[in-house]
Amino acid sequence: MDLTTSVGENDHIQGGRSALVTLVEYGDFECPYCLKARSVIEAIKKIEGEKLRFVFRNFPLSQIHAHAIHAAYAAEAAARQGKFWEMHDLLFDNQYAFEDQSLIGYAQSLDLNIDQFVKDMNSQETAEKINEDFLSGVKSGVNGTPTFFINGVRFNGPTELKALREAIEAAMK
Amino acid sequence: MNPLENGTQAPNFSLKVTPDQTVSLSDFLGKPVILAFYPADFSPVCGDEMTLYNEILPEFKKYEAELLGISVDNVWSHLAFAKEKNLHFPILSDFNPKGEVSKLYNAYDEKDGVSERALYVINQEGKIVWGYISPIGINPGADGILKALESIKP
Repeated sequence: MDLTTSVGENDHIQGGRSALVTLVEYGDFECPYCLKARSVIEAIKKIEGEKLRFVFRNFPLSQIHAHAIHAAYAAEAAARQGKFWEMHDLLFDNQYAFEDQSLIGYAQSLDLNIDQFVKDMNSQETAEKINEDFLSGVKSGVNGTPTFFINGVRFNGPTELKALREAIEAAMK
Repeated sequence: MNPLENGTQAPNFSLKVTPDQTVSLSDFLGKPVILAFYPADFSPVCGDEMTLYNEILPEFKKYEAELLGISVDNVWSHLAFAKEKNLHFPILSDFNPKGEVSKLYNAYDEKDGVSERALYVINQEGKIVWGYISPIGINPGADGILKALESIKP
């Protein structure tokens, strides 16, 4: 199963172009398995350093996670002020506090312009970006959250350090 | 096991969807139908296969397709599952005789006594246009379904 939308300028990317492997996650900020996966990804980033770049795309499961879409809006709105990853981290750190008041509080703690943040959270562009992420995932065979692609190929193993690291290192060869 | 061949008439069936309602495949003639056989209602992942398809329902609706989930769980389990996952499509109970419809579609795992993870897309005339049986532990996603629906778009 292959990624149909390649990594591009609309993506949130950690790491440089010279990386040997690109790991793409389709995730949902309210998903407990994505929260668990986060520590695995952090560990792998430390191990692989500049050999790896990491991309996060939105795949909110809005029918089972009431606040997942709003959390995604908050991350995208923060991205407009250059703070996607900071918001990404805050959302996972505070997974059960996603009411709008909390989201605005996170924006304040990141020193974002709040009027702009609220405007961007409610904008058509933000909704479209998230929907584009979601559909690119569906077409690429995303089958739940989190789903990972390693250099464009779906990773079907368990989200555990050993399995993911082996697959990433195999892709480097 | 291989799926039924493309171009064959999809075997008709009637299954319970609630304690006192049944759904037949023939009810949907004139529309594309997606059959999604799956092993069990409750499984310990977010975004299990039925939850995923529930999220993608608006895409399926663009093709006017009807989605029917099918497993061997009884209707009471289905009702609880649909409520918990907020499902907006029918899930059918292949409970009695157990697995009868799954067997018609080469989608029954005799060893474990559950439906396989099998997908079929059936066209407006009731013919199978695409079938796929996934390894039971791997949720197949929806990309194959969308491709098949695109191929029969009027």
